[in-house]
Amino acid sequence: MTYVRDVGALARKDLLLELRARDTLPAMLLFVAAVFVVFHFALPGTPSRLETTGLLWVAILFTALLGLGRAFVPEREQRTFDGLVLAPCDRSAIWLAKSLATLAFLVAAELVALPLYALFFHSVGGATIAAVLLANVGICAVGTFLGAMAVVTRARDLLLPLLFLPLAMPIVVGAVGASVVASPGRYLLLLALYDLLFAVVCWATFEYVVAE
Amino acid sequence: MLTTRRLGKRYGEKRVLRGIDLTLPQGGFLVVTGPNGAGKTTLLRICAGLAQPTEGTIERSAARAQVGYLGHEPLVYRELTALENLELYGSLYRVPERRERIGMLLERFGLWEARHERVASYSRGMTQRLALCRVLLHEPELLVLDEPYSALDEAGAELLDAQLAELRGERSFLVSTHDPARVQPFASGALALST
Repeated sequence: MTYVRDVGALARKDLLLELRARDTLPAMLLFVAAVFVVFHFALPGTPSRLETTGLLWVAILFTALLGLGRAFVPEREQRTFDGLVLAPCDRSAIWLAKSLATLAFLVAAELVALPLYALFFHSVGGATIAAVLLANVGICAVGTFLGAMAVVTRARDLLLPLLFLPLAMPIVVGAVGASVVASPGRYLLLLALYDLLFAVVCWATFEYVVAE
Repeated sequence: MLTTRRLGKRYGEKRVLRGIDLTLPQGGFLVVTGPNGAGKTTLLRICAGLAQPTEGTIERSAARAQVGYLGHEPLVYRELTALENLELYGSLYRVPERRERIGMLLERFGLWEARHERVASYSRGMTQRLALCRVLLHEPELLVLDEPYSALDEAGAELLDAQLAELRGERSFLVSTHDPARVQPFASGALALST
């Protein structure tokens, strides 16, 4: 119960910081909207559903990357990581709270992205929405973990995509697969298994990421 | 309370700390002095549990929840108010009767009127006072204070003096300073580091 309270307090802090600073969500919204507008005019004729599904997932992935890159910016700029690390809460609570806050920003961006995609390209089916929800969990779990590793390095802006994109390939495979085939079950299962595996690994090993 | 034996720390090839033996008994007040680059901050970070030594051993009887650390940074969020920062730390440290404790500390350090203002609008001295409130919030057994008087004006420094005088003997202190005369009345021991 205290673990849940710690996660709640830390996630609330992250949401409050974003509400005040407005650093992350506006950038994510602008980026994802701009991608769809640009591709709407850049793709000649009527692109196939297969092509635009790939575009949708590229847009979601890079929008998420934008949010993930900023996840630990308050801690880095204001050097508050020491304060969180010293607190007697389980250190995985820091990762979980950050993941939840990033998930909230990503869902907000997708609430704009999916209607725009439907407006410019093709309708969004139930399988795609299920894939988005499952992919979000994996993206935020893995991305937040890697974001904490990258933020302490000088090449953080380069390191995060370099680490994250290869690890996100199974998400892309599962998500695109679930969005285009008639029976998306096994692709959704792949996404769910990815979420479970990486969430457990990140939760169990975050302690070592923040230790000096 | 705190004992180190042959403690050392290297960052790659660079050795920043070497062969430190110190003993801080329960209720002791150890002053750490030394020139810039002598390793005072590194030693304090190790003693607070923020860094691991690369040589030697450290034994600390206080658990993580019982350590209060004041570093060069105030460890508070600039976009949050003083109240929100202390609420966050109070929650993480499971401080009982949190509201009352926070109110008392803000009053004592002269920040009550500014409690709803964002820390970004605070002066450096006010931020340092808030950092002291954060350190004292959970009534730690071991206080590790790195240059606690920096940025404080005379009124702030006197408030800190009063706090140290009140807690001296009850809590254990490890304090680094460039002005040992200031903490001399409280000190029970000293450790001088050299480069």
